Amino acid sequence: MLEKFPLTQYISEDGELVNPEVKEMLTLDVLKLFYEKMLRARMMDKKCVNLQRQGRIGTYVPYEGQEAAQVGSALAVEDGDWMFPTYRDHAATMTFGHSLRNLLLYWVGRIEGGIPPEGKNIFPPAVPIASQLLHATGVAWAEKKKNTDRVSLVYFGDGATSEGDFHEGLNFASVFKTPVVFFNQNNGYAISVPMEKQMNSKTIAQKGLAYEIPSIRIDGNDIVAVYMETKMAVDRARNGEGPTLIEAVTWRYGAHTTADDPSKYRNQSESDHRRSTTDPLLRLKKYMKNEEIWDEEWLMTTEKNITNEINTALEEMKDYPEANIDDVFDNVFEKPTWTLEEQREQHRLIKRGQMS
Amino acid sequence: MTTAVQVKKLTMVQAVTDAMRTMLEEDESVLVLGEDVGKNGGVFRATEGLFEQFGEERVIDTPLAESGIIGTSIGLAVNGFRPITEMQFLGFIYPAFNQLMTHATRMRQRSMGRYTVPMVIRAPYGAGVKAPEIHSDSVEALFTQIPGLKVVIPSNAYDAKGLLIASIEDPDPVLFLEPMRSYRSSRTEVPEERYSIELGKASYVKKGNDVTVLTWGAMVPDTVKAVEQFEKNQKTTCDVIDLRTLYPLDKETIQESVEKTGRVVIVHEAPATGGVNAEIISVINDTAFFFLKAPIQKVTGFDTPVPVYSLEKEYLPSSEKIIHAINTALSY
Ligand SMILES: Cc1ncc(C[n+]2csc(CCOP(=O)(O)OP(=O)(O)O)c2C)c(N)n1
Repeated sequence: MLEKFPLTQYISEDGELVNPEVKEMLTLDVLKLFYEKMLRARMMDKKCVNLQRQGRIGTYVPYEGQEAAQVGSALAVEDGDWMFPTYRDHAATMTFGHSLRNLLLYWVGRIEGGIPPEGKNIFPPAVPIASQLLHATGVAWAEKKKNTDRVSLVYFGDGATSEGDFHEGLNFASVFKTPVVFFNQNNGYAISVPMEKQMNSKTIAQKGLAYEIPSIRIDGNDIVAVYMETKMAVDRARNGEGPTLIEAVTWRYGAHTTADDPSKYRNQSESDHRRSTTDPLLRLKKYMKNEEIWDEEWLMTTEKNITNEINTALEEMKDYPEANIDDVFDNVFEKPTWTLEEQREQHRLIKRGQMS
Repeated sequence: MTTAVQVKKLTMVQAVTDAMRTMLEEDESVLVLGEDVGKNGGVFRATEGLFEQFGEERVIDTPLAESGIIGTSIGLAVNGFRPITEMQFLGFIYPAFNQLMTHATRMRQRSMGRYTVPMVIRAPYGAGVKAPEIHSDSVEALFTQIPGLKVVIPSNAYDAKGLLIASIEDPDPVLFLEPMRSYRSSRTEVPEERYSIELGKASYVKKGNDVTVLTWGAMVPDTVKAVEQFEKNQKTTCDVIDLRTLYPLDKETIQESVEKTGRVVIVHEAPATGGVNAEIISVINDTAFFFLKAPIQKVTGFDTPVPVYSLEKEYLPSSEKIIHAINTALSY
């Protein structure tokens, strides 16, 4: 199966162009955009890990190492399309337009954190593994029924492919030919369980075969490959040609969550090694250096701008009005039931010390 | 001048079909999805004729995957449609429990109203039709505890049409449970026109003075039969109330009747422990405690899986048990 699903690369680890056809597309602006969005994602991730260590946000789910996979794919969809993230896909949602403030709010346990800006179709992060594949398929199905050209892009990990909902999602999408791109980030581990123990299959892409869904395996640390291949899948979906399964092979440097200790189940030297070899930002930098278009000054300005953006978001998060218990009662049903109204009222009275 | 209302005598399952047809005609966004609901018209014929009338884009045979049906319907519902999904039997909803519990019923809150899930899950349920294992489970209480889900159970054709239309119109997810035993056991007059019955409202099946008997679903006709048998040789009479919606319960009607009678019997075929009976007792405790003249009696199934058919009659609350409970409430 490995031969059937070779790892597609556009830029090699040494920063050489493997597929010269895309050379024209890789203008300086495009390369800078790619790098800037990945850098922004990385800096935000690092900030969140630090905030968690300082006890300023709750348990956090880092994605460092997976920036190319998330940013490259997110750049391939447009306003009006739909994105379905998991708890780990903030690089994707922030690239698609989710606000940094709301990302931070999410991790301080605010409902508001899951809400995308007006006009952006981003589902709140799915916590139950693989469940979001079905929502993406259903939403895409609705778009097809409405005769639009909008598509769904849905993220999930390697572990998710063991769940029934992964298979049900692929099957429904295949049967009803819905415009959905299934974007898998194979980061090698589902918490502590390595891919070899998760499945006997050598690839995740091959699972698409069973559903007659075109499937590809790409280097998930090569943002050019991710962008190009996702864009092709998105275009196919837009043109009514149905779903695609993409396996983006990548690596997460850090823990599964900030509550997890990866040294218990994997050798962290692998992560250190990968930082200096397969890192997605490093790869693009090498390419730009080879092309002699790398600009240190630009990098410094960009870093400064991102730092400012993150700090502003952090201020906004801190100044955000306090959580309101009414939001809990008000959004269970369109109109709260009498039980909810009674419980709200009783809660209020006790809090105010007005219960006899 | 009054216009004559056209009525037909329908079975409950026909009324269910009638409600779906009415809504499919009225609203382009209404869809019917499920296993065998298309060409075959559903294993109970609940969707009979709909596929022919509305076509495969509106009445959809899905793959055999309950999580898939509910999960994709969540997406359809968020994105402008009103799916009515059929679980072939309630006992087969378990694979989809996750989608119901973690997404369908939480999407509104999680997105603060940005995304809502106006969908109906219809499911035949309940014992007494000699079905194989799992098909007869009466597990309504599993769902009344899911925040964000309304649970509705009709007991006759008239209510079935009105309640199902109200469920389809509801902006939030509704679990609509159809007692299999009542599907064809009787006919009621059902107006041809569109009407709805407000969710959360119980109905008096019969009025009386001395005991309040609360029930729903297929136990309604059984309970009425037992009560009539009991009343034959007595001066005492019973209110029989069909709750119709199990979440939210109709607090006012329960309170009103209990204040009048002071004695209560709850009849349901689901297992006793953690059943909806417990919630009703809690409502009475809150609203009519000082009117009670006797401990509340309950007649329920056992805390066992619903037995297969050689024993299901023993499992179901019988007239004897119901009458015994009424007598106990009266003689306290
Ligand atoms: C249905 C379900 N079961 C278990 C969990 C607990 N859990 C959270 S993340 C995770 C591993 C997921 O691995 P993978 O799909 O590879 O995604 P990754 O976290 O590596 O991005 C598990 C078991 C869950 N969230 N949902």
